[in-house]
Parts: sequence; structure tokens; C-alpha cells
Amino acid sequence: MGNQGLLQHLANGISLGSLYALIAIGYTMVYGILRLINFAHGDIFMLGIYITYYGVLFTSIPWWIVFIFASVFTGLIGLLLEKVAYRPLRESPRITILISAIGASFFLQNFGIVVFGGRPKAFPIPNVFNRVVKLGGVSISMITFVIPLVTLLLLLGLTYFITKTKTGMAMRALSKDYETASLMGIDINRIISITFFIGSFLAAVGGIMWGIRYPQLMPLMGVMPGLKCFIAAVIGGIGNITGAVLGGFILGLGEIMLVALLPKLTGYRDAFAFILLIVILLIKPTGLMGEKITEKV
Amino acid sequence: MLKVTNLHVNYGGINALRGIDINIEENQIVTLIGANGAGKSSTLRAIMGLVEKARGKVEYDGEDVTDLPTKDIVKKGMVMVPEGRRVFEDLTVEENLILGAYTRGDFSGIRAEIKNIYDMFPRLKERSWQKAGTLSGGEQQMLAVGRALMVKPKVLMMDEPSLGLAPLLVRDIFEIISRIHSQGNTILLVEQNAKKALEIADYAYVLETGELVLEGPGNELLENSKVQEAYLGEAK
Repeated sequence: MGNQGLLQHLANGISLGSLYALIAIGYTMVYGILRLINFAHGDIFMLGIYITYYGVLFTSIPWWIVFIFASVFTGLIGLLLEKVAYRPLRESPRITILISAIGASFFLQNFGIVVFGGRPKAFPIPNVFNRVVKLGGVSISMITFVIPLVTLLLLLGLTYFITKTKTGMAMRALSKDYETASLMGIDINRIISITFFIGSFLAAVGGIMWGIRYPQLMPLMGVMPGLKCFIAAVIGGIGNITGAVLGGFILGLGEIMLVALLPKLTGYRDAFAFILLIVILLIKPTGLMGEKITEKV
Repeated sequence: MLKVTNLHVNYGGINALRGIDINIEENQIVTLIGANGAGKSSTLRAIMGLVEKARGKVEYDGEDVTDLPTKDIVKKGMVMVPEGRRVFEDLTVEENLILGAYTRGDFSGIRAEIKNIYDMFPRLKERSWQKAGTLSGGEQQMLAVGRALMVKPKVLMMDEPSLGLAPLLVRDIFEIISRIHSQGNTILLVEQNAKKALEIADYAYVLETGELVLEGPGNELLENSKVQEAYLGEAK
């Protein structure tokens, strides 16, 4: 494989890694605050893609406005999911709310099958994304170039929100100490809603770009990316946003490179994520950037 | 200012509080003393809405606040410094203070308040960009108090502020409490350091296994032989 080829694969890996990172953030933020693995997150991602699909095909609104509205709308669905499926169980044992998450996931998948139909659909790709960009002698498709760019902008925005705004600070405080946070007058429910909104919004943005890159839509399409991004979050150290991004990139790059360098192992592409998870957890059980969990007294 | 009537709290069948009556007038320091497990912390936590009240009533400024959620109680002007300081360790000193002012919307007012707190505790100013977890125990206690003062509370409740601090720092903390009081704050202080607490208190209540057994002005209780024997470690 020549230099060109390597750069090509690198671009693809970064692009896939960006998508994983965007979705993994949702897992890690929710876990950070509720200590809950939101199993329905991958299905929220799927909903985001379908909502965009219908928005582009059945309205005359310009595609980029549809993209924005669909992302916000998906964010609101995530917020609603928490209200309906998780909030009533907040005082219950943790396993109960986890089971509710699995139930919500199955519900959304089957909702997708009934409402959207089980037959694959083709995502309507705006022409601009099909163009080819030449970067240093390497030709890559526009979307491969756009994905990391959009991801970078969203990550900068998220970092600003988490570190500089009062709501972001409240989020960090809440992830460590509910009771003291409430003593500050923080409205815990509101912060949790915002967390779900942001996570689902990012999953939808990731989903739309996923749809452009891999334009086949199916109601179960969120399962595998969902699992992998959960793995990315765990690899990075669940609860840690930087870790989730790092995990996403490791997974995306690793997957593409595995296929590029060892074409014979292409069939093991999905298994790669799980093997990596096992290896990293064996070496560092808290994930790459995870802190040691000390039980609160 | 704050009136608690017939307060009961149960923890899964155990009656932690069995009918507590407390009355705090404006500008007073009132202290609650008693042995470990007597229900001092439970009283504060029940007032703040952190634990469920089985029975009883809490009135603040003549208004019934018994069933308000914690965040709304804070908005009314009642603030609590929790036991064990509980600063947000991953946040900087300044971020901790900003969160203390979470219910305030006036940006310039918050800035001015942070400056006030820094004037009061210069150590915090020196460490404003440090993570709160890197502070010493005494500094963390100052931060916890400063954080609570950020909303200009009308009633400040403190749960064992001297717990786990070296004797010199204990003295500092009580000086700080007196200073805050002299600035016109109403304080409800829970302490296991009964002597120090009674010395600065206008009025005091003694709790034993969930019930009030004695009450009176701080200096009177200091002279009370029962109190001396049980809580001040002095023989008759």
C-alpha cells in the first residue's frame, strides 16, 4: 500500500472515529450524571436519521434546515425518553432503570419497524456531499472531510458549555454529588433533561452524517453503532467526555486500519471493537481516562 | 424567622426525630447540641428537604415551607453548609463559589459577592484557580462557608463545621461564624463541640435520641450541671 492509500485510510478512520465520538459522548454524559447505561441511545441515533430522511423527502424545506431541526427534534425525543422511561424510576434500584433502558431500546426498534417499515431505505444525500475534495494529492469525498470538521466544532462548543457556563458547572457538580448540588439550589431534573437533550442531539448529528456516508436506512441500524460507541465510551473511561472522544477515535481508526492493513480480517471488523474492549479492560479496568471509583459514604 | 413544630423523621421504621420544636429569631445564633446519632443532622436535613418529614411543620418568615423541594427552600434564602464540607472537588475554588450563587441571576452581583468572599478568606483568593480537592481541610471548610454565603442567605445552617479540623482551625471556624453573625446573619449551628457552640449561641437546644431534652440561652446551658456532665466533659 502506497503513501496515498495510507492517507486515504487515515482520512476514513478519522471520519468514522468522529462519528463514534459524537455518539459515545451521549453514553458517557448520561452515565456521568445518572450512573445509567442508556441502552436506547443507539436507537435515538436511528430515530435521528429517519426523522431527517422524512424531513428531506416530504417537505420542501432546504436540507440544511431540515438537518438542524431534525437534530433538535431528536434531542427533544431523548429528553422525553428520560422523562417517561427513567425519571419515574430514579429512586428504584439501579438494575430497574437499566432494564427500563433495555425495554426502551426494544420499543424504539420495534416502533421503527412498524412505523418506518423493515425494508431498507436510501438516505437522500444532498449533492454537495458527493463532491470529491483533493487534499495533498489525496482524493476524499466531501463528507469524509466534513465529518471531522463538524465534530470538531461541536466538541469545542460542548467544551465551552461544560467548562464556562453555570449550567455546565452544575452538570459537573451533579455528576459528583447530587445532594450538595441540590443544596446550591440546582434544579436536578432540569440539568438531567439538558444532559439527555445534548447527548441525543449529538447522536442525531452523528446519525445524519452517518446516513450520508452509509446511506442504507434500517430500523435496527442503531444497534451495532450503539454497541460500539458504548464500547468507545467504556474504553475511554465512562463518565469522562474526553475519554469518550478518545475511545471513539481509537475504535474508528483501529477498525479502518484493521481492514486496510489486514484485508483478510475484514470479516472480523465488528469483533475488533469487542476484542479491544476486553484487552483494555484487562489492562486498565477503569478505561483509559477513567478515575478510580471511590464509593461515596 | 424560622419555626419548626413537632418535626418527626423516620428512617425505615427507626424514629430518628420524635417531635422537635425549634424557634429561631432574626439575627440569632441558635445551636443544636447532642451526642452522635441524637438527630442533629437529621433536623437540618429535614428542614432543607433532603430527608422526608414524617410529621411536623416548618415555617419561614411566617410562610409554610414544609413540603417545598430543596431548590425552592434555597431560593427563599435558607442555605446549609453540609457536614464534611462537601466541596465540589473537581471544580476550581471559583467555580465552587459561582455554583453557590446558582440561584442568582445578576452577573455583576455575583462578581461582587466573590470579591467579598475573597476579602473574607484571602486564602481562597490565592487558590481561586486550584481544584477544590487540592485544598486543606480548613480551606475546604472556608470554601464551603463562602459558597453558602454567595446567595446572601437569610438563614445559614451549618452542620458540624468544626468536625475533623485541628484545634487551631476549630478556633478559626468559630471566629468566622461569629463574624458572619455580626454581619447580620441568622445562624442555626449543629455542633458536637458543645462548649464552643454554647459560648457563641444566643439560644441552644440539647437533643437526645431524637428528642429535645433541654433548651435555654447558651450561657445558661454552659452553667447547667447536666450539660456540663454529659457534653462538656466536666465532673460535677
